This record gives sequence, C-alpha cells and structure tokens, in this order.
Amino acid sequence: MKFLDVIRTAVHNSFRSKMRTALTVVAIFIGAFTLTITTAIGTGISSYIDNQLASVGSADVISIGKATEGDSTVDDGPARYDPDKATAASGFPGGATPPGLPVGALSDDDIASIRGTDGILDANPVVMVAPSYIEFDGNGKYELTVNPSAAVTKADLAAGSQLGGLDDTNELLLPASYLENLGFTNAESAEGRTVTIGSSTYQGEMKEVTATVVGIQNESLFGSGVGLGQQLTDALVDVQNTGKPRGAPVGYFAAVAHIGSDATQPEIDAIKADLEDQGFVGRTVADQIGTIQTVVNGIVGVLNAFAVIALIAAGFGIVNTLLMSVQERTREIGLMKAMGMSGGKIYALFSTEAVFIGFLGSAMGALVAIGVGSAISNVLSETLLSDLQGLDVLKFAPASVAGIVLVVMLIAFLAGTLPARRASKQNPIDALRYE
Amino acid sequence: MNTPILSAQGIRKSYGRGSARFDALRGVSLDVNAGESIAIVGKSGSGKSTLMHLLALLDIPDGGRISVNGTDATKLSVKQVNQLRNEDFGFVFQQFFLTPNASVLDNVVLPLEIAGVSSKERKARGMAVLKQLELDDKAKNKAINLSGGQKQRVVIARALVNNPRVIFADEPTGNLDTATGSLVEDILFSLNKEQGITLVIVTHDVELAARCDRQIYIRDGLEEGIDTTAGAAA
Ligand SMILES: Nc1ncnc2c1ncn2[C@@H]1O[C@H](COP(=O)(O)OP(=O)(O)O)[C@@H](O)[C@H]1O
Ligand SMILES: [Mg+2]
Repeated sequence: MKFLDVIRTAVHNSFRSKMRTALTVVAIFIGAFTLTITTAIGTGISSYIDNQLASVGSADVISIGKATEGDSTVDDGPARYDPDKATAASGFPGGATPPGLPVGALSDDDIASIRGTDGILDANPVVMVAPSYIEFDGNGKYELTVNPSAAVTKADLAAGSQLGGLDDTNELLLPASYLENLGFTNAESAEGRTVTIGSSTYQGEMKEVTATVVGIQNESLFGSGVGLGQQLTDALVDVQNTGKPRGAPVGYFAAVAHIGSDATQPEIDAIKADLEDQGFVGRTVADQIGTIQTVVNGIVGVLNAFAVIALIAAGFGIVNTLLMSVQERTREIGLMKAMGMSGGKIYALFSTEAVFIGFLGSAMGALVAIGVGSAISNVLSETLLSDLQGLDVLKFAPASVAGIVLVVMLIAFLAGTLPARRASKQNPIDALRYE
Repeated sequence: MNTPILSAQGIRKSYGRGSARFDALRGVSLDVNAGESIAIVGKSGSGKSTLMHLLALLDIPDGGRISVNGTDATKLSVKQVNQLRNEDFGFVFQQFFLTPNASVLDNVVLPLEIAGVSSKERKARGMAVLKQLELDDKAKNKAINLSGGQKQRVVIARALVNNPRVIFADEPTGNLDTATGSLVEDILFSLNKEQGITLVIVTHDVELAARCDRQIYIRDGLEEGIDTTAGAAA
C-alpha cells in the first residue's frame, strides 16, 4: 500500500465512527487549547519583559550596595556590631532605607573605592529625595512619586528625550499619566515646559525648585513615577538638607556605577566579583529583571504542566478509541492481511489514524485558542492593562503553536502504538473466523 | 509432469492445547496442478477450510510440508508470502467480507491498493473486472445495498482483479440460492476454462464438487481417497 493511500485510508477510517472520533478530538482539543493559551501567556509576558529590558537597555549600569554579612548566611546569627561601618538610616539623605535593600550603608570612602575598581568608569551615590508636590502653570499642586530607577534605566519615551542630555538644567521626565492633571493636552505640549516642584527642608519649611520637562515616558514596569535628572536631584537634596545639623553621619544605601557600554558578560561578572571581594553587591538591570522572568517562567511552567496532564488524559482517550476500532475491524484487518498487506502497513494504518486524530484535535484547539486568545488579549490591553503600554498578555508565536501541534501528534502516535500493535499482530485466520 | 503449483505433504494442524486440543488435520497430502479445478469436499467440521487456509499460506501447519511451485513454503520470507498472496492468489471466503459502506469499486480494488497500484490504474482495472462480471453499473453503489448474488460477484471480482494464478473459494455458493449459486459457479468455471486460472474450491455440495476436474474427500481430518475421474461429465 502506498504511503498516500495509507494516509487517505486512515483519515477515512477515523470518520467511520464519527461520534467516537469527535469525543476523542474534543478531549485533545481541550488539552491543546489550554497548552496554546498558557504558552501564549508565557510568550506574551516574556516578550514584554524582554522589550522592557531592551528599551531600558542600560547594560552599562550597575547598582551597588553594601554586602551585609547576613546576606550570605542564615544560620550564623547577627554579625558583630562594627562602629566604623557607616550607620544611621537617618543619615540617608531623604529618609530611611527602602525596604528590600541591603541594610549596610555606603560611606564616602566606599564610593571612592568603588570608583577605583577596575572597569568602573564612574560611580555616584543614590540619594533619596521626597519632594512634596509638582505644579504646572498654577493648575494646582499634585503629589508625585519619584522613579528611583530613572538614573539606571532608559525611559520608554512618548515624546522628548532622555535625562542627561542638557547641562545646567534641572531635567525632569514626566510619566504620561501625569499630563492631564497637570494641565497638559498631550505629550508634545508638555515637552520643554517648566514645572515647579515643592520640597520641605530639614526643618519642615516648604521650598520650591523649578525644572524643565525634557521627556514624557510611557507607563511601564520599570518606569512609573517622575524621573529626576542628577542636577535636579542635587538641588532637591540641598533643599532637604537645609538646616540639617552639621556632623550628622552621612551614608548612602546604594550607588550607581557606569561601566563600558561594550562590556561583555565575563567582564561584568569579573567586575561584580571584584566588588564582592571589597564587600559590595553589584546588580545589573539584567540581574534584576532576570528575577522577574524566573518567577513568570515558573508560573507558566506550572500552567503548562496542567495542560500536558490534560493531554495525557486525552491520550488514553485515543488508546480507547483505537482499541475499539481494532476490535470492530478485526475482519477487515484479517482480510487485508490475507490479501498480502504486511503487519507493518497495518501498524502504519492505525498509527496514522491516531496521529490524524491528534492533529485534528490539536490544530482545532490551537486555532480556536489563537482566535479567542487574541480577542481577550485585545480587550485586556484596552481595559484592565491599558496602563502597561505594549503588553499583549497572550502572544502566539508560530513556532511554539506548531511545536504544540507536533507534540500532541507525538502523544497521539504513542497512544496509538498499543492498538496498532494489536492490529498488526492479528492472525488473519483468527480474524476471518471471528464472528 | 510439471511441478504442481501447490503441494501439501502429510500436513497436520491442531487447535487448542492439552485436553482442549483438537486435531483438525491429521496428515493430508495433495497436489494442485496449474490450470486444474480441484474440489475439497467433506462434511462441516471435517477440516476443509483449515486445509485451504494452509494451502493458501494463510496459516502454518504443525507438521508436514507445503510447497509452492516446488519451493518449500518455510523457505519463503514473510514479504514473499505476502506478495504471493497479493499477486498470485485470489480469495473467496465463506463470508463476503465486504466493507459495507465503501463503494463496490473500492471494495474490488482493495488487493490493488495493498499492492501499491496507482489510483488511476486501480480504477481502470477495477472497472474492467466489474464489466466482466456485469457489475459496472453498480460500481458506485455501496456494497451494503447489493443482493447476495451481487455481493458474491463483487467478491469474485475482488479475487480476480489482480489477475491471480489461483483462486481459493470457500463454500462460494453456500450463502446463495440455487439459481444464483449456479450462476456464480458458471463464472468460476469460465474463468478456469478461459483464463486458465487454477481453482481450489471448498464445498460440501456434491454437485459443485462434481463439476471440478478432481475431488479430494476429507473426513475427520483425513483424506478418504482420491477420485481421479474427470468430473465435467456431471
Ligand atoms: N481457531 C480454531 N480454534 C479451535 N478450533 C478450530 C479453530 N478453527 C477450526 N477449528 C475446528 O477445527 C475443525 C475443522 O474446522 P474447519 O476447517 O473450519 O472445518 P470445515 O471448513 O470443514 O467446516 C472444526 O471442528 C472446528 O471447530
Ligand atoms: Mg469451512
């Protein structure tokens, strides 16, 4: 029997018992549908994070903190108090240590030694400023959140340019969501305008600083809040420190260092190792985002596992369907064998039928998943997730959809081996006598 | 004399094991010569079908030897046996074994499909053999919608489509009324006379047996004696 005839006959046979085939196809459909959707969620979120990472793009920035002894060991108990260590959370310009960051503070000496590390071009302490309000053109005062990572990331801009382009200017990046309240009609109209920022001094007295909006950024995972340029930050620190008693200890919770933008991963690793030897912890943007990615991958992995379990259950449906077919077609198989059909071809006939059923279910499941998923994804990105521009929760990559269909066909083939073997081993005489 | 196309020497066949063991054939020998028609005659349960299946290499004897054209069947590979059954043998079994919902033509060309003949040639040869059996107008009908006689003619067409050298027919008229039965007999014997196809016919019908060149009588798995009178006289 020719290969094409085997396929044609197998396809034809699978339609002989329509109800039974249909039910098996439905089981596979559900599994393939789920797997396609979960994979698409994985792809969607991963590619969003990748895009964010690409737009952030500052591969040349390392955030550096003080390594605390407690970081490495849980069992050793607290480390001995060291009076030489820069201390006092109150010493951070602007307030307490943000949660989740190393507790140890960096002193000016530490900053100097970071600057002296091989491969590090420059290093600046990160200072926390907490301005009270922002106002444009007398349209009212609004609270503002400062984007702490503005210095280490590249903003995804709706208009204007990045921070650091203008000398002697108090540069500021405005999130798109601030535009309306402040009284701007659109992103372009805000570019280059001057806004006023209010901040209280150490004594609690309110002072104002003016700043120029250099760019407007889209809302994103890494870019919520107002981005402040270095000069504006310095100006706000000055305001905050006005009236601060002399001699209060100074420390920084972190520093931002630049390395050569062409640094390779081994070079970056070497710099991080070097920093570690000096008692610092360095984390690149990629390190930080990698953590998020790991969590997302974990969740998607669990979802996929459920879908695969559904598919394995569907595989047993195929086994069952085909065993019944083999039983029903005993005489037909016997006749074909009597007429010289080889066991191998009989095997191929039933395996092909299994694979075809698998293909039907998975192709339909994948297609419907793409249709339904795209619709849901569109609705979501216009409603619930509209703040996260550029996020398609479900993203269907042709390669992974094709991969799913192939995997299901493989599962179907494996499920078909038992019935196909049984059919191919049948003795034609027993089959022909079978009543 | 030429080597017989099929030869069985002292073949034995048992079914079951132990106390349930049943000896269906207990040492039967026979030669089938090319171009002759031979009847295997006996009562129900005497082992006729078993003998025919063994001659057609559908089963393997427990003892004795089967040769095809002088070659020991045990020396043939599985592939050669399949090819032999596919190309040189035609089968008419006790039941029709037609695929009910497939068309008459599709049923008839099954041996060609198994042989890997192209679908165009299958159709041409299938239609030719249906025409020969005056069934060409039924080619597109479903097999299930035919009468018993028509079904048996379809089965003969299927046995004939690959131009076999031997046709094995197991009770070819068993399921048919007398009139239709004799029609089917006529077809078989004309194939034997006109195309030189060897006939191995299993039957318990003495009249049908008498139309064959030779008769082998089987009783309880043993041969009763070879009658060599030319049977066409009946
Ligand atoms: N697969 C089998 N298992 C057990 N007994 C069988 C089997 N096939 C045939 N027999 C027995 O062998 C004997 C001969 O069968 P068979 O050759 O079909 O006889 P016939 O065709 O002459 O009626 C019968 O008694 C039958 O019951
Ligand atoms: Mg019989």
